[in-house]
This record gives sequence, structure tokens and C-alpha cells, in this order.
Amino acid sequence: MYAKTIQSLSLMSYLQHLEDQSIYIFREAFANFKNMAMPWSMGKDSNTLIWLAKKAFAGKIPFPLLHIDTTYEFPEMLAFREWARKHYEIDLIVMVNDEARKRGIGYETHDPVTVTHELKSAALQQALAKYKWDALVTGIRRDEDSTRAKERYFSPRTADNEWEYRDQPPEFWGQFTTAVKPGEHVRVQPLLDWTELDIWEYVRREGIPIPKMYFAQNGRRYRSLGCWPITKSIESSVDTLEGIVEELKTTKTSERAGRAQDHHERNAMQKLRAKGFM
Amino acid sequence: MSKGVVMPPAPKPVPADYVPVFFPKRQGGARAAGGPEEPRTSIVVVGHVDHGKSTLIGRLLADTGSLPEGKLEAAEKASREEGMPLEYAFLLDALLEEQAQNITIDTTRIGFRHNGRSFEIIDAPGHREFIKNMVTGAAAAEEAILLIDAKEGLKEQTRRHGLLLSLLGVSRVIVAVNKMDLVDWKEDRFRTLEREIREYLGGLAISPREVIPISAREGANVMRRDSKNLSWWKGPTLLDALVAVAGQQGIQTEGPLRFSVQDVYRFDERRVVAGKLESGRIKVGDPIVFFPDRKSSRIKTIESWGEEKPLTEVGSGQSVAVTLEEQIFVERGHVGSLPDHSPVESREVRARIFWLDPEPLRLQAPVQLRLGTQSVEARIVAIDRVVDAEKLEAANEAREEVGRFEVAEVRLRCRRPLVYDSHEKVAATGRFALQRGPRIGGGGIITEADYPISLAKAVTGEHLTWTEGRVSPESRASHFGHEGAVIWLTGLSGSGKSTIAVALESLLFRRGIGSMILDGDNLRHGLCADLGFSLEDRAENIRRAGEVAKLMAESGLVVISSLISPLCKERDAVRSSCHASGLNFSEVYIDAPIAACEKRDPRGLYQKARKGEIKGFTGIDSPYEPPQKADLVLHTATEKVEESVGRLLEHVLGLVQLKEVDRTSAGGPGGQI
Repeated sequence: MYAKTIQSLSLMSYLQHLEDQSIYIFREAFANFKNMAMPWSMGKDSNTLIWLAKKAFAGKIPFPLLHIDTTYEFPEMLAFREWARKHYEIDLIVMVNDEARKRGIGYETHDPVTVTHELKSAALQQALAKYKWDALVTGIRRDEDSTRAKERYFSPRTADNEWEYRDQPPEFWGQFTTAVKPGEHVRVQPLLDWTELDIWEYVRREGIPIPKMYFAQNGRRYRSLGCWPITKSIESSVDTLEGIVEELKTTKTSERAGRAQDHHERNAMQKLRAKGFM
Repeated sequence: MSKGVVMPPAPKPVPADYVPVFFPKRQGGARAAGGPEEPRTSIVVVGHVDHGKSTLIGRLLADTGSLPEGKLEAAEKASREEGMPLEYAFLLDALLEEQAQNITIDTTRIGFRHNGRSFEIIDAPGHREFIKNMVTGAAAAEEAILLIDAKEGLKEQTRRHGLLLSLLGVSRVIVAVNKMDLVDWKEDRFRTLEREIREYLGGLAISPREVIPISAREGANVMRRDSKNLSWWKGPTLLDALVAVAGQQGIQTEGPLRFSVQDVYRFDERRVVAGKLESGRIKVGDPIVFFPDRKSSRIKTIESWGEEKPLTEVGSGQSVAVTLEEQIFVERGHVGSLPDHSPVESREVRARIFWLDPEPLRLQAPVQLRLGTQSVEARIVAIDRVVDAEKLEAANEAREEVGRFEVAEVRLRCRRPLVYDSHEKVAATGRFALQRGPRIGGGGIITEADYPISLAKAVTGEHLTWTEGRVSPESRASHFGHEGAVIWLTGLSGSGKSTIAVALESLLFRRGIGSMILDGDNLRHGLCADLGFSLEDRAENIRRAGEVAKLMAESGLVVISSLISPLCKERDAVRSSCHASGLNFSEVYIDAPIAACEKRDPRGLYQKARKGEIKGFTGIDSPYEPPQKADLVLHTATEKVEESVGRLLEHVLGLVQLKEVDRTSAGGPGGQI
């Protein structure tokens, strides 16, 4: 047998498998869609996506990135945004839902679900209407939330930006849904199979630059980064990546526990997601 | 209605010298073999509806302590709200309507760890309507747990899922006989079911690793042994059985090189060929042949963005990007191979397919066949047998269609040659998805492959007939899958026109594009036998050639005319005549200095002209006017033939290939073939 003539049977690492799969997904998306973009939140997942895109496209990301600026961004994160824009040579679009802010929508006066919907989902909707993207690369992972466990790598969204989770197309052997009707778009999700721990291990393996806010300052650090009024830091003295990975291996608190909008009511996350939240 | 949150103090602005970035120290770097992380096994749980899949998964997560804080409590709360005792299935069935219906809707994935091993469970639903999700889940799994209800025994879906597992290539199977508590933990009931399921799976060439009695609800024999009720059981618990072989799938078995090209990037001066190594390895310096064109080159570099040292070798399963020594024409859908151990290239495919769409797949109906990065229109030309998943028997009557959830052995014929392997030899290039309209409706594995004979030449065009009457250029184009065109090669004698024309014709033909060479010398044997070499006669010769080319292009062919055609005026006349008829026309200048042509002098004509034996020879004693506005210039004296032909092919494809919009409307007329 031919198979036996080649000796090097190496155990490929699981992270390598994830990297290869993500790169494959990126390239399939770019080959199949005419006008794609990548929302970018500057968190660890988002920065891993940039890293993978750089690898997928030989160092040049051939589509724009979108930052939805809620106007409640941490100043540290805005500083990171400007650093990354230059460092990675990103074509960056910044989108703010000015209309909602003028109507007075804000955390001071509205509940987090409403604010998140207006300043994130609606802003994304406005960007979609303006730029007419047919594919959006997202950094969502199946382990983040139980509704996300049901996602596909290529997940079609209706013209109203809705997710028809009841009737999803089959997806196997690297063959994805790539046809969209006018006005529809596909969510491309290269990190679907990654876990939070995988992301950190990969950041460490590759040395991916990430925001400093993940590391402890005066005994507290952020595990997940969102709008400042609803994002809580956790008690931690961890100031190295190794420390983060160790802390994660022992913790049982879910990652988004620091995000207030998820816990507002039962199934809040599902409602947000069906309306187009990532 | 809405109310704000309690606002924390606003964050302070950052100082101008604030460094917002943390630069982690790179550990090991990419492509490092092994690595600190654990191997992970993905498991699919299948079986008949209500045989307890979600409960088993909930139990695995709870027993191994893999639930995030709050999940167990949330499930308890949800169970109370529905007025039930703790339902382990609620841990997974996160969506509201699932809880109401008590069935799992879609594929869910969730991880757990046990004894230093990581697992990822892909939960596949048992409801008959949702079998497409089971396929999605099972296709990605390395190991399957097939659940059987001890009381109900083997049901339709037990058998169907078993069949699909064998079809999807999941060969590692553990059977768990669940709900043993409902049959009073009786060993004889278990042994009867064990016999039945082993016999059934044996018929599908699946030999289950273990058949294990459990009760997911009671937590018996999942993680913990139940010495009271299952004292007769001497075998492993379910988790022991899983851990026993976990991680072994990480070993990549090597096979012949198959490099599926996803794209070619030209973001800078490099031409980067990106794709997936479906099997085999790539090393810098290795020869590589791309099918179906059979253009060969060598690997120059392996793309290494983010690496400390440039990569020199990559192995099976990896995403790769390479540059090649020669600028040969490569595009998405091509498959790279070594010169020997090449894949099959054929328009005929024998396969076992499964169909998931409610609308049946009919004989002769067009369907898109997607294999790796190839996508070709195909149709079923013969249904040899349809397998009944319940009885594992072939249906008796001759069938004209494959219905929903049916499995069939078929012959498919593709519009263009497909590059493939038998599933047995190379799994990744031996399986495909079938797409109708925008949705994937089924898939299949290739059961037979005739190495290495290519049927491409033998069968091309065999079933295409001329459509008579009033046929619009559009429907003609959609019928053939491409537009017609006149590709007008002009250049000195000996510049390489014929060589390039012959190469281009065969490349186009291999892609299913009808093409024909119109050679100047050949025309003079018949149509233009009455013409000499005076300037007038030569002008008439070109006019006639132009008219013939036009007629052939109108009929849908890509005509490659290969004539010296020395004068701008005459070439422009052909161009405008073609454009007037709405035809594609490209003037391609085969540019080689006369000294180079004379040196080549393949037919000794320059020598004769120099001696005065031929009068009025272009370039010697008759003028040649280089094109002022050629659509493409090929420098045959300085480029390799492969480079010239590659650039020309790219140019021609851009001209004649149907755009996405045309392709979708092409379904109608194509169906009449």
C-alpha cells in the first residue's frame, strides 16, 4: 500500500487542526462571496480572527473590517483600535448608530437588552444596508452560549437579519451554503469549533497581540470586553497568559457572566440572536 | 417600560503614552507537532427519537463535572416550571420550543473532559424530519454512540442512522442499550438486542467496538458502575470505553498527494496558490501536476506569514498556500497531485448517494456536484438500486428518482470532467455533496474509480445535439455553459501561433468548452484553394477565414484562428464584423522578434524566402503590422510556452465563462438535453 511507504505519522495537534479549518473557512468565504466584511470587536476572539485571516490570505486581509462603536467603549480599547489599524494595515470602517443616540438611547435610561439591540444590532443592520455585504465573518464559538451550540460554519441570515434556526441547511465535508438571495447575507464563523481555552492556548502559541485590559491591574481584570457600563471586571491577580489559561482550567463560571445583558431575562440571548445579535 | 442600569463611574481617558497592547511571548509557534493541548475526540450520539440521546448527554456532562456553574440549577428550575423531575435533556435543549416539544431540534456541540481526555459531543436529533442535521453532525464525528431503547428495541431510525454512519464513513461505533431500568436490568433482554444490532451493523460492514447496557436517567454504567442492578456486566462503562481509544484519531494516515485549490491570490507581485491538503504532503522543490489541465511545476515556497522560519514541508489535512516555480495557469477547483498516483479524471461517476431534500432527485435532472473545491453540473443517468434503510434490501421495481432519506447506487454524468478518487483510496476526494438551487440536498461516496484511464476525450459532447430553429445566443450559451468567441492569433511565421492554438484548444476542451482551431494553412487546402499570395488574395483569404470563424462562434464554439494576418486593416475588419454580430472577439498578438522566428524556422520557410524561393514572405519582403490595440500580447521569445498558454487561457475564460447571474438562469434549457 502507498500509505505505508511514507513513514512520518505525526500526531497533529488539535490547535493546528482548528487553525487549518478556520483558514479553510476564510478562503471558502472569500472565493464564494463577492462583498464580504468582518465585524471586529477587538476582543481576543476578534484578534485571533485577524491573525487567522492574515495567515489565510498571505499577509493581506482582502476585505474591510467593521467596528461597531457603541459610544460606550473603554478608552483603552479605542487606543487598541488605532494601534491595530496601523499594525495590521486594516481597511477599517467605524459605525455608530447616531440616530439612536440622538433619540436618547443609552444605558443611563434604558435596559441593557434594548441598548445592545439599538447600538449593536441596529448599527450592524445600518452598515449592512449601506455596504450591501453578502457575507460577514464573525468570531462566535459554540461553547459561548447554548444557543450558539446550534450554529453552522456558514449560517444564512434573512433580509431582516434573522436567523432561521429551525430550518438550517445541512453542512458536511467542507461544503457550505454559499448562495444568497439579494438582501440576504451569510454569517461565516471560522471559530465555531474553538473553545475559550483553545483561543487562549492559540494566542499563547502564536504570540498574538491582545488588549492589555485582559490582564490584572490593581487586583482586577476583564475576562470578556464589552460596553463599560455593563462589563464587570473579575477579581484576579493574573497578569500573564499562562495565568489566564490556568485560571480557566479551574473555573466553572461562564465566560459572559460579566455581561449584564445576557442575564436580564430567561432566553434573553436567544431573543437577541434571533434579531441579529452576534 | 425600560430602565437604565446603575452606572459605574465613567472610565478615565488614557494618557497619550498608554500602550494598549499586550504582546505575549510566542510559545512553540505554528505548525509545531504535538503541542501542549490535549487531543480531542468528537462523538456523535444517534438513534431513534426518544431513545434518550439528550438525557445521556446531560448525564455525561453532569457526571464528569463539565457543566458551567448555574447550568444544572437552570435545568432544575426549567424542569420545575414544566412540572417535571430533573430532566437531564434540558441541559442541552436550550431553546424554548424544544423544551415544549421535548425533542432536540438541531445539531448541538458541547465539550466535556474525563480522565485527562477531551471530548466534544455532537448531539444529533432523532426526529425523522431532522435527519439532515444528523448528517451534519455525524459527518464531522470520529466516533458514534448508537443508542437503543432496551424496551423498544431496534426501530426504523436505529437502522437508518446505522446505514448513514456507514455511508458517512464513521466506522468507530459504540452501541449503548439505554433504559435498562425499564426492562428490570435483565441480561437476557440485553443479549438479544446485542445479537440483533451486531447482525444488522455487520451487514453494513460496521463492527461495533462495544455494546454496553446503561441507564442514562439513573446514571448506571455511564460513568459509574451499578453493582446492584448490573452486577452481571463485566465489560467497561461507557466513559471507560470512550477514554480507551480517545485521541487516536489524531494520527494522520498518509496517502497520495491531493491538493484542492481554493483560490489563487495576486495581492502583491506573488501568485499564491491557496488550498487544502486533502491527503499527502508538500515539500519545497517537489514536483506537482494540476488536474484537469495536467500542467506541471515545482513548489517554490510555502507561504509562512506569522512564522519565525519559512515552512519547508506541510502534511495531510492542512491548509496551505504555495508559490510555484513556473507561472502556470491554476484556478479554484484544480487538484494538485504527484506525477504518479494521479487521481481519476472523468465525466462519469459511480457512487452511493443519500438524499435529504423533500423534493426527490430525478433521473436526468441537473444537480450541482460539489467535490472538494470543484463544482460541476451533473445528472443521474442510471439508478442501479435504491436501498431500503429498514430492510437493507434493494427495491424491486426500476426507479426513476431517489426520494427523501433514501440511499441509492447511481451513475452520474458531469458536464465537465471531474477529478476524483474512490472513497476507499482517498476519503476526502472520494465524497461529494449534491446541491440543487441554493441548498445542499444530499451527498455521496464514490464506490468505483477507474485508475488511471481518462474518459474525458471519449465522452465529451456525445449527448449534445444541435438545437434547431430559433435559438437565442443566450440560450445557446446556457446550453453549452459558455459563450462562443473568436480568438484571433496574429504574428509572424514561426512565432508560435500553432503551438499555442493547439495547447489552448485542448485545455478548453478538457473544461467542456467547445473549441476549434482555424488554421490558415489548412484553409488554403479547401475553402481558399483558389487564392494565391498576392496582397489582394491574402486579404480575401483573411476575409473568408473571418467569416468562417464568425459562423462557428455564432454556433457556440470558441474559435482559435491561427493566421499570420499581417495587416491591421484586415484584422480590424474581422473585429468589427464580429462585434456587429454581438460576438466576443479578441486579438492576440504572438510577439516574437523576426530573428527568433527565423532561427526557429520550423518548416524551413525563412530559408526558402531568403533564397528567393518564396516571394512575398511576411517579414522578409512583405510587411507585418503589429497590432496597435491587441487584447493580449504573448511574448513567446521570452516566456515559456506554459506561461503564454496560461495567460491566454485565463483571458479566454474571462471572456466566455458565464457570470453567476447567467448560470442561475441556465437551469431551464440545460434540463432539456
